[in-house]
Amino acid sequence: MKPRVFAAFVGPSILMMLLFIAFPLLSVFWNSFNVTQPVYETVEVESCTAGFLEQTCTTEMKTRPILDEAGEIVRQTEFVGLQTYRNVLELDRLGEALTSGSWAAIQNIDFWKALRFTIMFTLVTLPLVVGFGLGIAMLINNASKLIRGPVIFVSLLPFIITPVIGALSINWLFRGDGILTAFLEWWLARDLALFAQAWTIELLMMVYRVWHVAPFAAIIFYAGLQTVNQDSIESAVIDGASRWQRLRLIIIPHLMPLIIFVAMIHLMDSYRVFEEVVGFRAEGYVISLQWLTYDFLKPDQAGNRSISRASASAMLTMIGIAILLVPLLKRTWRDHKGTR
Amino acid sequence: MTSKALRQPASLRIASGAFLALWCLIAAFPIAWITVMSFKSPVDAFDSNPLNVIFGPATRAGGSGWSILEIVLGLAVIYIAARLTVRRVPTLVASYSPGGYVALGWVVTAALVGVAFVLAFFGLLPIVTDLLTPLVGPLGRDIIGATTEHYQTVWVDRGFSNNFANSLIVTAGVVTISLSVGTLAGYGLARSGSTLAFWILIVALIFRALPHSVLVAGYLPVFINSAEWLSPILGENAPTLYGKPAAVIAVLVAINQPFTIWMLRSFFSNIPADLDEAARVDGCSHFKAFRLVIMPVMWPGVITTGLFSFLLAYNDFLVTSLLLDASNQTMVPAIAGMFNRETTTTDQVVAVAAAVSITAPLFLLVMVFQRQIVSGLTAGAVKG
Repeated sequence: MKPRVFAAFVGPSILMMLLFIAFPLLSVFWNSFNVTQPVYETVEVESCTAGFLEQTCTTEMKTRPILDEAGEIVRQTEFVGLQTYRNVLELDRLGEALTSGSWAAIQNIDFWKALRFTIMFTLVTLPLVVGFGLGIAMLINNASKLIRGPVIFVSLLPFIITPVIGALSINWLFRGDGILTAFLEWWLARDLALFAQAWTIELLMMVYRVWHVAPFAAIIFYAGLQTVNQDSIESAVIDGASRWQRLRLIIIPHLMPLIIFVAMIHLMDSYRVFEEVVGFRAEGYVISLQWLTYDFLKPDQAGNRSISRASASAMLTMIGIAILLVPLLKRTWRDHKGTR
Repeated sequence: MTSKALRQPASLRIASGAFLALWCLIAAFPIAWITVMSFKSPVDAFDSNPLNVIFGPATRAGGSGWSILEIVLGLAVIYIAARLTVRRVPTLVASYSPGGYVALGWVVTAALVGVAFVLAFFGLLPIVTDLLTPLVGPLGRDIIGATTEHYQTVWVDRGFSNNFANSLIVTAGVVTISLSVGTLAGYGLARSGSTLAFWILIVALIFRALPHSVLVAGYLPVFINSAEWLSPILGENAPTLYGKPAAVIAVLVAINQPFTIWMLRSFFSNIPADLDEAARVDGCSHFKAFRLVIMPVMWPGVITTGLFSFLLAYNDFLVTSLLLDASNQTMVPAIAGMFNRETTTTDQVVAVAAAVSITAPLFLLVMVFQRQIVSGLTAGAVKG
């Protein structure tokens, strides 16, 4: 294919990605070092109230935004260097918390709280998703051909559901005396309040995520199980291998590329955990990195959006993505070299 | 044929079946349960006794419920609708869509099927049952308390139909644009073995991993002030991009593009290159070969990729909630706004009904396109 034809085919897509992915990245990078805010002036205001014989006058200094001729607030953009990053990271508070050795104090700083939860969420759900996915795939593979279709249909439902809605539906089952909380209370014979402390909410979020992603893993592993060489399994049986040995020595190595693929996708996606915080209305207890950026971007009560802080927290989030991507890129590069 | 050596003992088969049943229960339960809840009065919906939630005594006492007759007829309508959709619709779409517009045909058909079902179920069915109830005696007495008033509140009073229309506009825009841009790119990338093509794919992979909030942080200041910086080019009537569905469509298409081109490239790679070479020998240009020879055999791949684009656009919360204002909100952010003012339990059940309304189209989608979704998932995995 000639370069010219190639460009014609690929051009529109590249243009969209440059315009709407690469350019915003630059904009975020720039914004994280600059702050745009209204210009304030301090004026001396004398206010007098009527009193007996003479007025009582007080003068005070007031800060107010400067307005231009059109009555719009004048804004100016200022280079602040790493100041915004310092505001987001709150290093001095972190330092204090570290010297006092108090974990709870660290957990009061938004960024570190979000980072802690995001990493823990990612690492805890990863093995569960792979494990449950593999289990479900083998169960489906074991079922008779007649029921496989309906079973796959039901399995796809948690995967396909809108994440916010999925989290909400789990939320409704547990919130207050929801049906599953009532069941757990009856079963454990004790009173439960699942939304009153952070760790139970985190647990529910992880349960939700595993429920949501395990079907995806299961479908992929199920497809992989169809290509396991039956002859080698059969000869393993004849050699006296137990079921566990067959699973460990034949099936899992065969599925290994798929397991790595699922793990990679899951790492990328769960690092971006966000919808759970919205769906569980957990922002008072648990927040994630992406939610932090979202919160900065939302207008506050005065209608201002902290674009600069959001950009800084977005840049910090991307450091994590870069770390996650290195092994994936290495693998793709190796494959590419291998195919040529 | 399973050989004798691989035959499993009965105990293992039973255990495996039992666990599979358990998984199906876990997978379906939350969705099924909120569906049941959405038809009950608030007292019943949040009752801690599951039987009360299912049979809804308080709702029945309130005077609304379903009799055996209504349940049987309702199930029959659902069954027939599902049957017709699965059996007839694909062939109808294939025969009636004008050549080259099959995807559009699917979109139109899906909308038509949805509307027809809503009309039959909520419009026609009550009339029929009202006529029949006096004739059947005890079968016509209410046994399960159920009410559709929450759906009325959601769709009529709370203006959810506007949100639905917005969702429809955004998803339709995203699917068509991202497929038309993506098929071209996917084909180009699949047929070019150059290093440049490889690097484009790598960069796309990196873009795929970016959190969406990062990108939105980049758009927001630009979009809000767009009237200012677009005015030198467009003059007086430069639009503010913030709050415009078109801007959201462009953003979602771009976000979706890396995934789309990876997936389409893997589908195109499966089509032998001999096919377009033969067309080229016969004197077709690259574009003509693409349009006349490759596209006709690519429809399964395009439909599958379209499904995933649809899911991304339909399920999105982050981008739409930040870039659209309240007047043209899509469904998912709208429901988030709904539960923020959720003070009474009635409001909660209304939110549940809204959630079920959002899920219903997805349910239909899986029903019709199960095979394509599975093939899409596995195609992505096998090709990495």
